[in-house]
Amino acid sequence: MSAAEEVVAEGHEAVEAVPKRAMTLGTGTSLLVLAALLIVPVFVKNFIIFQMTMLLIYGLAVLALNILTGGSGQFSLGQSAFYAVGAYTSAVLMEHANINYALTIPISAAVCFAFGYLFGKPALRLSGVYLALATFALATAMPQLLKLNFLEHWTGGVQGLVVTKPDAPFGLPMSQDMWLYYFTLVVTVAIYIFSVNLLRSRSGRAFMAIRDNEIAASSMGVNVALYKTLAFGVSAGITGVAGSLGAIAVQFVAPDSYTITLAISLFLGMVVGGVGWLPGSFVGAAFIIFVPNMAESISKGLSGAVFGVLLFLVIYLVPHGARQAAILGQQLAGKLRKN
Amino acid sequence: MELFTNQVLAGIATGAIYACMALAVVMIYQAIDHLNFAQGEMAMFSTFISWQLMQWGVSYWAAFIITLAFSFVAGIAIERILFKPLAKAPVLTNVAGFIALFAIINSSAGLIWDFTIKQYPTPFGSAPFLGSQLISTHQAGMIGVTVLLLLGLYFFFQYTRIGLAMRAAASVPESARLVGINTSWMIALGWGMATAIGSIAGMLIAPVVFLEPNMMGGVLIYGFAAAVLGGLSSPFGAVVGGFLVGVFENLAGTYIPGVGNELKLPIALALIISVLVVKPAGLFGRHIVKRV
Repeated sequence: MSAAEEVVAEGHEAVEAVPKRAMTLGTGTSLLVLAALLIVPVFVKNFIIFQMTMLLIYGLAVLALNILTGGSGQFSLGQSAFYAVGAYTSAVLMEHANINYALTIPISAAVCFAFGYLFGKPALRLSGVYLALATFALATAMPQLLKLNFLEHWTGGVQGLVVTKPDAPFGLPMSQDMWLYYFTLVVTVAIYIFSVNLLRSRSGRAFMAIRDNEIAASSMGVNVALYKTLAFGVSAGITGVAGSLGAIAVQFVAPDSYTITLAISLFLGMVVGGVGWLPGSFVGAAFIIFVPNMAESISKGLSGAVFGVLLFLVIYLVPHGARQAAILGQQLAGKLRKN
Repeated sequence: MELFTNQVLAGIATGAIYACMALAVVMIYQAIDHLNFAQGEMAMFSTFISWQLMQWGVSYWAAFIITLAFSFVAGIAIERILFKPLAKAPVLTNVAGFIALFAIINSSAGLIWDFTIKQYPTPFGSAPFLGSQLISTHQAGMIGVTVLLLLGLYFFFQYTRIGLAMRAAASVPESARLVGINTSWMIALGWGMATAIGSIAGMLIAPVVFLEPNMMGGVLIYGFAAAVLGGLSSPFGAVVGGFLVGVFENLAGTYIPGVGNELKLPIALALIISVLVVKPAGLFGRHIVKRV
C-alpha cells in the first residue's frame, strides 16, 4: 500500500496530553473531601461503611491504572492480575504465616512492584493494541495459574482462602468495618499523596514526556525503557496494595474473583473518571461499584443493557470523564463569582 | 506421527472459526482504526436473527441473505447513531463505548432468546470430509467460505475505487478529506461491511459451538489474538493467524503435559506474545513509521 499510509501523522496519540497541573485537585478542595471522608462513617450503617471501603480500594486500583495510562501512556487490561497477586500475597501471608494484616501490605506492594516491573520488560517492545493483548493474556492466565495443582496447598485452589477480618487495635470502640475503613483511608491518602508527588517529580515528567512523544522524549535523554517499566512497576505495586486491602475487606480470595471482568471494570472506571486526572479515579470507582447495582434494581433481566445505556449517557455527556465535569464546574463557579 | 497429523488437522478445523472472526476484526480495524470489542456480540445477534427467520420457516439461504442485509444496515445504523457523536472523543472513550455496546447486545439477546443452548443448521452437512474423521464437510465448507471472503475483500480493497477510498479514510483522514473522500461515510460503510462479515462468521460458527448469547466470548478472544498475530493491517495475515492459533492451541493441549482445557488459552496467548516480542507488528503487518 502507499507510503503515505505508513506514516502516522503527528498528534495522533492514543492518550491525550493532560498538563500536570490539571492532574490533581486544589488543596482546599482536597481537604474538604478528606474531611467528608473522615466524618461520614460515624453517621452511617456498617454496610455503607463497607461500600465506602470498597470505593477507596477500587479507587486505588483505578488510580494505579491512571498512572500507567494517563501518566505514561501505556494501556493495560491486566490490572486484575496484579490485583490478584496482591490479594493472594496478603491472604497467604495472613493465613499460612500468621503475619499481621498491616505488615502484609508493604510486602504485597513490593511483590507486585517486582512482578509489574518484570512484566514491563518484555512488554516494552509492544504498544497500543499489541500491549492491550499482552496484558489481556496476563489477565486471562492469572485465574488459571492460581488454580494450578502444585500451588493448591498455598492458594486453596478453586476454593480460595478465607481471610480473618482484623479487630480494631488498642481497644478502640469501633466495629471491624469502621476500623478497616479508617485503615484503608490512611493507606489511600498516603498513596494518593505519593502519586501526586510522583507525577510532579522528575520521574513523572519523564512519564508524561514518553506519553506525549516517545521519540522526542528519548532524544531529550529520557531513559524510555527504564521509565516505561518503572511505570508498570509502580502501577502494579499500587494495584497490589488495593488487592491486599480488598482481600481483607471481603474476607475471601478465590481465583474467579479476579477475572478479566475486573480489569475491564477498572478500565471503565478510569475512562469515566477522566484519563490522567487522579481524583477522578475515585469518581470512576463509584461508577463501577454503584451503577451495576443501580442497573440491576431498574431491571433484573436487562441489567446489562441498562448499564450499557448509562455508560453511553456518561460518555456522551462528558467524553473526557469527570475531569471535564470538574472543569465545567470550576468555570461556572468562576463566572458566578464575577457577577 | 498419526497423532500429530490428526491434531494439526483438528487445529486447522477450529482455526477456520478463528480465521473467520479475525477477518471481521481486521476489516473493522482497517475501516475505523479501533478494535471493536462488541464485534462478537454483534455477530451473535445477527446469528440469532437468522435462527429466528428459520424458525419462522424461511429457508437457510434466504435467511442467510436477509441476515447479511440486516447486519450491513444495522452496522451502519450503530455507527451513525452511537459512534459518530464520539468521533472527536478520545480513543479510550470509544473503547468504553464498545464495552457498553457489548453489554447492551448481550443482555438484550439474553432477554429475547434466553440463555438456553440452541442447535443451528449447516448448509454443508456434517459428514466426514474426504473420509477424514477430523474435518467434517461443514468445517471444510467454512474454510472454503473464509478463503472466498478473503479473496473478495482483497479485490475490493485493492482494485475498486471505494475500497481505495476506505483505506485512505482510515489511514490519513485529513488528506483523504482534501481529495474529496467523504470519510465519515466511509467509516459507516466499514462498520456495515464488518458487521456483515461478522454475521457470516457467526452463522458458520454457530453449528460448531451452538447458539447462545455467550457463544462468541471465547471465539472473539481467539479472533483478536489471531488478528494481532497475523498483523492488524493485513486481512491475509488475519486468516493465516487464525489457522496458526487453532493449530497452536491443539498442539499445546496435546503435547505439553498438565495442560487441560483450562490452560489452553493462556498458553496460546503466551505463544502469540512471544511471537509479537520478536515481530511487534505481527507476522504480516507493516511496520508503522512514526514522524516526530
